[in-house]
Amino acid sequence: MNIKENIKTIVVKKPLKLDCGLTINDFPLAYETYGSLNIKKDNAILVCHALTGDQFVTGLNPITKKDGWWSNVVGPNKSIDTNKYFVICINVIGGCMGSFGPSHINPKTKKTFGTDFPVITINDIVNAQINLLDHFGIKKLFSVVGGSMGGMQVLQFVSNFPEKTKTAVPIACTSSHSAQNIAFNELGRQAITADHNWSEGKYSSNNTNPDKGLAVARMAAHITYLSKKGLQEKFGRKLQERDALKFGFDADFQIESYLRYQGSVFVDRFDANSYLYITRAMDYFDLGKQFDGNLSNAFKNSKTKFFVISFTSDWLYPTQENKDIVIALNAIGADVGFVEIKSDKGHDSFLLDVPDFLKTLKNFLDKSYLR
Amino acid sequence: MLMKPEYKIISDIINENSRVLDVGCDDGTLMEFLKQNKDVDIRGIEISKEKVQICVSKGLTVIEGNAELDLKQFPNKSFDYVVLGQTLQAFVNPEIVIKELLRVGKKAVVTIPNFAHWKVRLNLLVKGTMPVTKTLPNEWYNTPNLHMCTIKDFFKFSEKIDFKIFKSLALINENVSTINNSNLFTKNLFAELGIFLIEKSYEN
Repeated sequence: MNIKENIKTIVVKKPLKLDCGLTINDFPLAYETYGSLNIKKDNAILVCHALTGDQFVTGLNPITKKDGWWSNVVGPNKSIDTNKYFVICINVIGGCMGSFGPSHINPKTKKTFGTDFPVITINDIVNAQINLLDHFGIKKLFSVVGGSMGGMQVLQFVSNFPEKTKTAVPIACTSSHSAQNIAFNELGRQAITADHNWSEGKYSSNNTNPDKGLAVARMAAHITYLSKKGLQEKFGRKLQERDALKFGFDADFQIESYLRYQGSVFVDRFDANSYLYITRAMDYFDLGKQFDGNLSNAFKNSKTKFFVISFTSDWLYPTQENKDIVIALNAIGADVGFVEIKSDKGHDSFLLDVPDFLKTLKNFLDKSYLR
Repeated sequence: MLMKPEYKIISDIINENSRVLDVGCDDGTLMEFLKQNKDVDIRGIEISKEKVQICVSKGLTVIEGNAELDLKQFPNKSFDYVVLGQTLQAFVNPEIVIKELLRVGKKAVVTIPNFAHWKVRLNLLVKGTMPVTKTLPNEWYNTPNLHMCTIKDFFKFSEKIDFKIFKSLALINENVSTINNSNLFTKNLFAELGIFLIEKSYEN
């Protein structure tokens, strides 16, 4: 797989001090853009991707040859209208789509970093991203938008750079990973590290991949992205290409077959070590704690106009956790709107064709852009 | 639903350059009207998802929420005015809501459909059924109104839970007039709507 030629990158010369204490410099940031930047440079939207996303937001992803992860949302005349806005998405550091991550070569050892890569945080990810705005000469974004872990980046972005965006749309997210969130991530990490092929993270030297572990991690996580009702309606107890139970451990049920499929396609496009690092960044995320336990203080200096969106059936980042963000913003008189969208598609609703969500996001952005 | 003359009255009460919270802002019609007529920073809170989405489509800043539960997130006196249009009677506990309005807002504008209007009285007296009128269009079994009250009741209420009524206006056939102690009996009989500007009596 020749990744390089389809991936745009900048090399960040400026040293970046990470939360773990280490400093990195001369590191690559991979990105993609859609639409065009206007002369005033006031129509840029930074889209932040989720755990397993990448910079290829919409259209055909040149690496996976599949539709971009937010093709439902971003494109001409869509909610984030690329006829109007200049959309930038940056692969997070720690990721595996060209930005500085554990699959990069460690110049000291001439081998991939693996677990020698520094543990990164959402704060580090956001502090790296700001370099690309400088690259484009963008002083102030029109908006920063993201769902799930993308939403965490939105919150951290406004907190770190209150003057750098006019609006912010955190979607289906939280300001602090809950014990349940950490538990599910730990399950995924344990599945990866328990795979013999993981080899303490040095699998690339052995020319193997911890595919089984990574697939199980993906399967477990995937369940958390769907709702019980959604799963029941889609699969119920339907059997997979058979009329009766086989009294064995093959995939008798459609849901089993579906999850196995989700696991198997995931390992083709994602790096196991990146999965460890990015889930860790999510677990470490606790924006309120960065401000002595008072989330409001994270946004104290911001004139940014917020719009928070949650989904009724999202149990991974439930409405209450999204509302806590709204409450913190209202406590300091910030400009914030909020709606909970009705959907039975679970946490994944923000990625799917949910008309009320698509319409509301579009309305918020287009009306805010006018003023 | 709110009627047009009411918007005008509320708009006249509210000073320029103030921060306003519209509680139960519905589809944002009043918010839009206030924005057009006054230089105000206005926010809304609305329980219906559909209505919130309509507000967003109008470019209004609204949060989905229940006034009985969600007003507590706003700090004391974080708004110059809190507006409650014809919904006080629909809350489970109007007393708590009024107290919250007066905590969050320096002043509150409350409007109530007057249950002592002569048509309502006559309706009940003659027909012997629960009154259905222009301002109270629902039947008893599907009305959202749990605690109907009259203009006179609201005055008594102000004494009971100790808030000051700065201004009390009656809306009669789209005409506005001031209510005072001497005309309370007639206003209570003829007004379809009472509009009140209120404030906490003292700091507590």
